Amino acid sequence: MKKKRVEGVMKTVLLISALSSVTIVLLIGFFTVKESLPAFRSIGCWSMLSGKVWRPGQESYGIMAMIAGSGLVTLGAAVIGVPLALGCAVFLAEVAPGWVAGLVRPSVELLAGIPSVVYGLFGMVVLVPAIRGIPVPGNTGFGLLSASIVLAVMILPTIAGVAETALRSVPRSYYNGSLALGATRWETVRRVTIPAARSGILSAVVLGLGRALGETIAMIMVIGNSVVMPEPLTDNPLSVFLSRARTLTGNIAVEISYATGLHESALFATGTVLFILIMVVNFSARTLLKAGAGGEVSR
Amino acid sequence: MDQIRLKTLDYSLFYGEFRALNRINLEIPSNRITAFIGPSGCGKSTLLRSFNRMNELIPGVRTEGSVQLDGGDIFREDVVSLRKRVGMVFQKPNPFPKSIFDNVAYGPRIHGVRNRSRLAEIAEESLSRAALWDEVKDQLHKSAMALSGGQQQRLCIARAIAVKPEVILMDEPASALDPVATVKIEELMNSLKKNYTIVIVTHNMQQAARVSDFTAFLLTDENRAGNVIEFGPTDRIFTSPTDRRTEDYITGRFG
Repeated sequence: MKKKRVEGVMKTVLLISALSSVTIVLLIGFFTVKESLPAFRSIGCWSMLSGKVWRPGQESYGIMAMIAGSGLVTLGAAVIGVPLALGCAVFLAEVAPGWVAGLVRPSVELLAGIPSVVYGLFGMVVLVPAIRGIPVPGNTGFGLLSASIVLAVMILPTIAGVAETALRSVPRSYYNGSLALGATRWETVRRVTIPAARSGILSAVVLGLGRALGETIAMIMVIGNSVVMPEPLTDNPLSVFLSRARTLTGNIAVEISYATGLHESALFATGTVLFILIMVVNFSARTLLKAGAGGEVSR
Repeated sequence: MDQIRLKTLDYSLFYGEFRALNRINLEIPSNRITAFIGPSGCGKSTLLRSFNRMNELIPGVRTEGSVQLDGGDIFREDVVSLRKRVGMVFQKPNPFPKSIFDNVAYGPRIHGVRNRSRLAEIAEESLSRAALWDEVKDQLHKSAMALSGGQQQRLCIARAIAVKPEVILMDEPASALDPVATVKIEELMNSLKKNYTIVIVTHNMQQAARVSDFTAFLLTDENRAGNVIEFGPTDRIFTSPTDRRTEDYITGRFG
């Protein structure tokens, strides 16, 4: 009789803890959207999203420049960080002898423990002056490139950790089966282990991208924060990465302390856009995962 | 007398200081099925894995004596080309999480076959030899993981055949399968020996008696090192073993 009651109580307790996280997500989502409604209503959803000018003094609230800033810096971080992180994961899971992995893994994990403001400091003191050395007119060192590099290092432990776990969970029997067919270790890793871990690796990358989109303080410190559309400084389109920019997150953090009225609502709208962007990333990841699972039956 | 395909000469294997195989001398004839029987831990799987040097994946393994394939020392040969000549089928079916076609084409691709129609030929030939073609010919692009356990094991045999080995090692290939699938695998072994030399480890003495032409009985000595107690034609081993321990084992008095 008593056992049954404990069972019932435990069930309720667990249900409440599960529901509380759902409730919190819904509450935050609801609150953010509600606060941003005035901005969307008076400025217009489309003109806000596509507007390239953000001048709170003149009641101009276009967030396109920030969307571009967040998008480009995340892309840059992915281009630099994903190969690095995957290389790291493959090294740890498949190549490194035990004692080497025992040294490398904790230091990669340590990267995750560094506060993001310290990354920002490092970027300001080391990266920005170095990048300022690139001889391009208008290059201040602050900008998308510095921010991308900082962000790449920040997402590295997340991606490497999850990807390593995915690689390690591939059954050893696949590995042995491939070697027994005369494949080398590298051929086996490339053609059997990595494809078998594909869905886990993909979720690792997406987790990293989600983290990149949400990063705030380190970005504020190195990206330059000017509210203009990032544009190439020279004829080379890649020089766009030397341009200063602002991220969606940075926009909120920099201005919320003094914003009122429509301005405040526009910042919440920025948050809503960020929210949706991250949801889109997660959703497309899940779709990719499904496609990946179907892709095991390759053509 | 049959031609000798594999030969061990005073071959011993050590895990660190521990001697797991003790001075093994065996001559495995070509195009026959040779079975290794013996109680658990007698070293029969270790001996089998010696022929394609899979033991080298375990740190601290060391060998003495020699193992020869067609008269050449396998430890002097490049391990990749050795494993191409000596294929292996594992205890638990281990198809890759790829399509049936990609599983069979895996080995040939690794060894440089790129031509699609050539790969398709190899796949059909290998799957036919593994008695699986008729069951899967319309679903070559389906995942191998969707096949039954017995089909998966035959796929693994096809995968091994596809690289055109001379020898196929089978480590208890039917122990994870139901009786019907087991019979299929045994029939398959019989049809394969025309083209390949087969060495099989089995726990199942009826299976050894049913399928093999030669049998080696292994047993650990007082130092727990595996020794070959008796080796000869399966008929003779099972009807008139010369060693008392062999007789005890096959009549079920221990092990």
